[in-house]
Amino acid sequence: MTSIMIEKEQLKHIDFPEKKFRNPNFSNLWRLTAFPMLLFIVLPLIALFSRVPPAKILEYVNQAQILQALRVSFSSAFLSTLLAVLLGIPLAVLLSRKKDGLFRIVDTLIDLPTVLPPAVAGIALLMAFGRNGLVGVWLADLGITIPFTGAAVIMAQLFVAGPLFVRAASIGLAAIDPELKQAAELDGANRWQTFSMVILPLAWTSIVSGAVMTWARALGEFGATIIFAGNLPGKTQTMPLAIYLGFETDINIALVLSVILILISFLSIILVKGVLHNHVRHF
Amino acid sequence: MKKTFFSFVLLACFLSGCISGYGLNEQTVDTQKKTLTVLAAASLTESFTEIGKKFEEENPEIQVTFNFAGSQTLFQQLEQGIPADVFASANQKYMSDAIESEFVAAEEDKIFAKNALTVIYPKDNPGNINTLADLAKPGLKIVIAAAEVPVGKYTLEFLEKTSTGTSLPVNYKKDFLANVVSYENTVKSVVNKVLLGEADAGVVYFTDVTGDARAKVIMIEIPTDLNVIATYPIAALKSSQNAALAQAFVDYVLSEDGQGILQDYGFINP
Repeated sequence: MTSIMIEKEQLKHIDFPEKKFRNPNFSNLWRLTAFPMLLFIVLPLIALFSRVPPAKILEYVNQAQILQALRVSFSSAFLSTLLAVLLGIPLAVLLSRKKDGLFRIVDTLIDLPTVLPPAVAGIALLMAFGRNGLVGVWLADLGITIPFTGAAVIMAQLFVAGPLFVRAASIGLAAIDPELKQAAELDGANRWQTFSMVILPLAWTSIVSGAVMTWARALGEFGATIIFAGNLPGKTQTMPLAIYLGFETDINIALVLSVILILISFLSIILVKGVLHNHVRHF
Repeated sequence: MKKTFFSFVLLACFLSGCISGYGLNEQTVDTQKKTLTVLAAASLTESFTEIGKKFEEENPEIQVTFNFAGSQTLFQQLEQGIPADVFASANQKYMSDAIESEFVAAEEDKIFAKNALTVIYPKDNPGNINTLADLAKPGLKIVIAAAEVPVGKYTLEFLEKTSTGTSLPVNYKKDFLANVVSYENTVKSVVNKVLLGEADAGVVYFTDVTGDARAKVIMIEIPTDLNVIATYPIAALKSSQNAALAQAFVDYVLSEDGQGILQDYGFINP
């Protein structure tokens, strides 16, 4: 405390010429320029919520169409996230280690589905796994058809949202100090032990946050789903599909589902931020 | 808070300015030529544009301007006094309304085209479908438009009609709907999923089977008593400044040339 006092005493004698012109009220005015963008993002969300009082949610949430859409959405997003984690970790490990030419192309390919228009993703999936598709032709011979099934919904979500997990996990894995791996190996750990007892615990925060982002994106998937999986209530009609079609008939169904979807997405992102925050604090 | 409100008002003004800017329909009109304005249903866009071109070729002194919109919108425009010469509607209702409101002289309207529902299936016929009754076979993959889309609504009307005294089985509607694997959000995605061979069959309007689809799908006719047929009436408007020209255009649409073009675009000649 005293030391600070002394510093202030000393500062008194130093002349800061520009300080005279600095009006604290005026210099903070720039903050107002942050408002238009903030307002633009928040206002539509507020407007949506203002049209859906909690009573309305309770009134509509029991409707068969909404319950079916919720069930299809939750089960498919859960399964596609699970698949993204199981199939994504090996790929993330590979991408986190290799950085040379060919792998850079693979690295870029992984990001492609996230930036493609979802309709393109849907058409691409149809061309690959449709009844007359590249792989689909062989599957059809075995008596397996994928379009218009629950499997198609999961595949559409996995294709569009899975890369988010691979990206998050590979960044997390790449951040691990290679010396820690070497230390574990020196202590006699085999490859599996090093992976499960050193690498995974260190990367778990990025794995969890990647999985949650994948889950949230999978819940919101629309374009690829309606093209590849079609729209059948109770089977392939997810929340976003019900919202889209509800908008053309019963606006209340669209509004209630929109509010539910926003709340879930909001909670998911909050969860991710919490995980990341803890992660930073521990370091 | 005041500032917030003000900036929102500004944004709203800006956006509405943009929208009205886009809505402006600026067209350069050759003053030497007589202009003929035709109000036509949106589904006539391609066919009438071609008819207009041919009509201009045959009558170099005339320039045809089209206003394509939903028939209901066109009727509202008539009510608001839009200057126009010809009205072509996608259903009888709005033509009758126009006659009732005295925009069109009674009994002046003529049916110039019809549109009907049709079943389509891919050329290699994965579902082994040959008749309308086959669509009730279990295990088929049928796609139709969602009830929210007009053609989806008409498809359900057609299925409703099958349940009352027809040659089709009593359970036809139930068995047909059990085969539906997707209610598509647009009629074009029904066409495309049949075209790609992903669906065994679909129900669409004749005019939706265009271009590439013609060569790749086969149609099954739905009998007239079960079908939901749309009729397209046309008439010269009473308010036309050029009654003779307006009638000439109507006559051209009804002529062999006009009917040929409409047929090319999938319409049924009356």
